[in-house]
Amino acid sequence: MGICIYLFLSYLINHTLTYYTMEQAQVIHMDHPHTDVKKEIINVTIILSVLTIIELALGFTMMGIENQGTRLAIKGIIVILMLAKAFYIVGYFMHLKHEIRNLIMTIVVPLAIFIWFITAFLYEGNSYKNLKNRYDPYKVERSHTIVEKKESVKEEKKAE
Amino acid sequence: MSTTTATAPTKWWNGGRSPFNVEYGKLMMWYFLMSDAFTFGAFLIAYGTTRFAATSWPDPNKVFASYPLMPEGSHAPLVFVSIMTFILILSSVTMVLAVQAGKEMKKNTVAINLILTIIGGLAFLSCQAWEWTHLHHEGAWWGMNPFLNADGTQSTTGFTNFFFTITGFHGFHVFSGVVINCIMLIMTLTDKFEKRGHYLMIEKAGLYWHFVDLVWVFVFTCFYLI
Repeated sequence: MGICIYLFLSYLINHTLTYYTMEQAQVIHMDHPHTDVKKEIINVTIILSVLTIIELALGFTMMGIENQGTRLAIKGIIVILMLAKAFYIVGYFMHLKHEIRNLIMTIVVPLAIFIWFITAFLYEGNSYKNLKNRYDPYKVERSHTIVEKKESVKEEKKAE
Repeated sequence: MSTTTATAPTKWWNGGRSPFNVEYGKLMMWYFLMSDAFTFGAFLIAYGTTRFAATSWPDPNKVFASYPLMPEGSHAPLVFVSIMTFILILSSVTMVLAVQAGKEMKKNTVAINLILTIIGGLAFLSCQAWEWTHLHHEGAWWGMNPFLNADGTQSTTGFTNFFFTITGFHGFHVFSGVVINCIMLIMTLTDKFEKRGHYLMIEKAGLYWHFVDLVWVFVFTCFYLI
């Protein structure tokens, strides 16, 4: 079904984009004198660094938090920041934002299949976990047996 | 006939020129990167599926908690990997500068920025080599997982298998990127691009290098942060 949707979308986009003329494209490419480009590179570098620092700060704060709900919320924020970084790298460093729409759509629209891909497979993994924990006694036992940590074993040996 | 084509409105899909307004090689590089994005996406989603199917999973902050020449017994999660991330971001910036200098036909600036990019790539690879060696000394490898789950239960080898496969595949991309950049540097210094009259090849190499940085953004988040 995903393939059908993809084919339909690519058909639709190719036909709606037929009416972009060469003149418009030249305008797109002309509005970038090189001083602006330098400024843009510096800005994007700063944005990427700041986003990375925020991500790391969130990672550090997450270490002290035990509550699973809060941890999940922070992980969600980190994923959103990750997508923002991806947008800046693809859009500005890889210059995709300044290409014409034909190219942008050709590259970006097929990637929409990831929405289904991620949702379906994570759902599948979660369902497998639930089934396993309900019906597989070996796995249930295993997931409740606390194993002694290696470091503590070493320390005991030292103490002896 | 010729008069009608001249007066007819120029449409992108009428033929006679690229409907994407880029040259052939660059378009093919985009298609290749898209397919590569699906490969990495499939790897990371397989990792996510396995992780969602596990009741518990090793805590990355306990596994990746050291850096070279670290004092004995200290615990420094996220420090080393953030250095690696910044190295890759900065090498991406120098690559943009090389591409920009290529557009302005400044041979020396291109060469300097390419050298900086290559140094960044090599620095990243060295960091990764150190990290792999360190983990291997702790007993981690494909099929061997010395780390326990966050809740103290026995972990499967899924954690190390996925870690070494995905960071290894990414490291291989970095390595080939460095090789491509070295070739670009040699071509720049031997005036290949000056004779051609354009530096479009640098732009394609640049696209590949940025993609390597892009993939690291995802790998870094999925393995070290979440």
